[in-house]
Amino acid sequence: MSKAKLPAVEGWFTMSPSDDTPRPVGADPVALIGTRCTESGTYFFPPERVMSRAPGFSGSELVEVELSTRGRLWSYTDAQYQPPEPFEAPTDPYEPFCLAAVELETEQLVVLGQVVAGVGIEDLVVGMEMELVLGTLYEDEDTEYTMWKWRPVAKSTAGGEA
Amino acid sequence: MSVDQVAVLGVGMHPWGKWGRNFVEYGVAAAQDALTDAGIDWRDVGFVAGADTMRNGYPGYVAGATFAQALGWTGIPVTSAYGACASGAMALDAARQRILSGMCEVALVVGADTTPKGFLKPNKGERGDDPDWLRFRLLGMTNPAYFAMWARRRIDLFGASSDDFAQVKIKNARHGLNNPYARYRKEVTAEAIAASPTVSSPLRLLDICATSDGGAAVVLTSMDYARKHLSSSAGSADPLVKVAAISTVTPTFPNTILEMPNFATDSAAGISRPDRGFKQAIGDSAYAQAGLGPDDVDVAEVYDLSTALELDWYEDLGFCGVGEAEKILRDGVTTLGGRLPVNLSGGLACFGEAVPAQALAQVCELTWQLRGTAKGAQAENAKVGITANQGLFGHGSSVILTR
Repeated sequence: MSKAKLPAVEGWFTMSPSDDTPRPVGADPVALIGTRCTESGTYFFPPERVMSRAPGFSGSELVEVELSTRGRLWSYTDAQYQPPEPFEAPTDPYEPFCLAAVELETEQLVVLGQVVAGVGIEDLVVGMEMELVLGTLYEDEDTEYTMWKWRPVAKSTAGGEA
Repeated sequence: MSVDQVAVLGVGMHPWGKWGRNFVEYGVAAAQDALTDAGIDWRDVGFVAGADTMRNGYPGYVAGATFAQALGWTGIPVTSAYGACASGAMALDAARQRILSGMCEVALVVGADTTPKGFLKPNKGERGDDPDWLRFRLLGMTNPAYFAMWARRRIDLFGASSDDFAQVKIKNARHGLNNPYARYRKEVTAEAIAASPTVSSPLRLLDICATSDGGAAVVLTSMDYARKHLSSSAGSADPLVKVAAISTVTPTFPNTILEMPNFATDSAAGISRPDRGFKQAIGDSAYAQAGLGPDDVDVAEVYDLSTALELDWYEDLGFCGVGEAEKILRDGVTTLGGRLPVNLSGGLACFGEAVPAQALAQVCELTWQLRGTAKGAQAENAKVGITANQGLFGHGSSVILTR
């Protein structure tokens, strides 16, 4: 029996993005949910739902939007040692993973995320194109807690790019 | 818009280390040293400000009162300030405001911490609306991971190398060799740094500061009080060091540099970026208050949470142009004997971080540098010093001292 998939955090990403969102090859679709301040045109991630944080636009309407699922690698690192609680290591023994900060062109902001397993520091270069994929943060007996992750576009299986 | 000055009449520190004792003990020892240095009795202090620690339970959240009680209640007003690494500067600013508004003449500022081993981590409990908790839970983003992201930018944008970063550590280790307050007093070689394990690429264990126990305290007074006090020849504040600026600025929207503990930067899609970034604004605000500029600075204490971060500060404080930090480091500008020695205390490289005490420790060190009484590395004839640090969640911290 397959496990239930639950987002590791509520309301920050969707596992059923709109049809015009590019589908990553060989991975379940995902899109970050942000909000846009309609008057200033600025974006917020994680989604700001109370009021616009752009000074002078406190009365502006905030609309929910899906953020771009591709961007350029702004910076990156890895976690050679297991991060402390409340981090939940998905494997025992711990396996180091990479972290990416990716700049989205339309939104002009940088978003962090873990990089998918199997990608090492040596595979990453600032400026390279990255795409958002759905991954597993950790699992318990009956639930898989999902999370957005980044991976280099070059790492995708060739062809079939939507 | 230069601001009226107050006097630094006394400073004191408890040595940094991993002593494992109650933080109050370190704060009290530092406070007593500062009062002795000032030649002031605790009963003559009119205001006490504590820099808070989040790791030591309730007494840490109300540090001002905790220290006041430990020193013996005298009925004076109190404040406790928290701004992460910037807490000390916030407490110092509260004391300065009291003095400049004429509400008191003598104020004591104290910060101390006892830290656990390993990564700094959030407080316990399920706190799904706290970005500091979520960044560990959802990303595993430790503090060194953020430092590493910034370090990687230097490599990518300016061609910095791991050896450049190592040179910062080597310099600071030499500076701190004879500092009795430093926790690590040993030369470090490039080989030892290169052989230390990677924590978060490109940073190795010896590129990243430890967490420490320690305490620091500062006695501020009005300029009038200081002059009268010194003419009666008590204390050791000669030459008299003055606070010319305390910057506690926040970022300006949109803040497009990735900041701890955030998941993302602000967006610049609708509102254009400010001319100067947040870390630059921290120094700019201090310079404006003091009516001074980077060319006037003789000595600096900057927050080297990582070796690479010290290089960022050179540029943010205007010691050199953007991308030139590695060059001025290599040219010896920031080494003892150079034009603008940085972290003569040994910096966090030799101290390790005791969060609420650290911004005050920077002020203690610069006070000794300006008086010419540093027990370790001593700058020659320094007249102007600047400190810089930044607390997570948007806290700037910079203090300019002059004599």
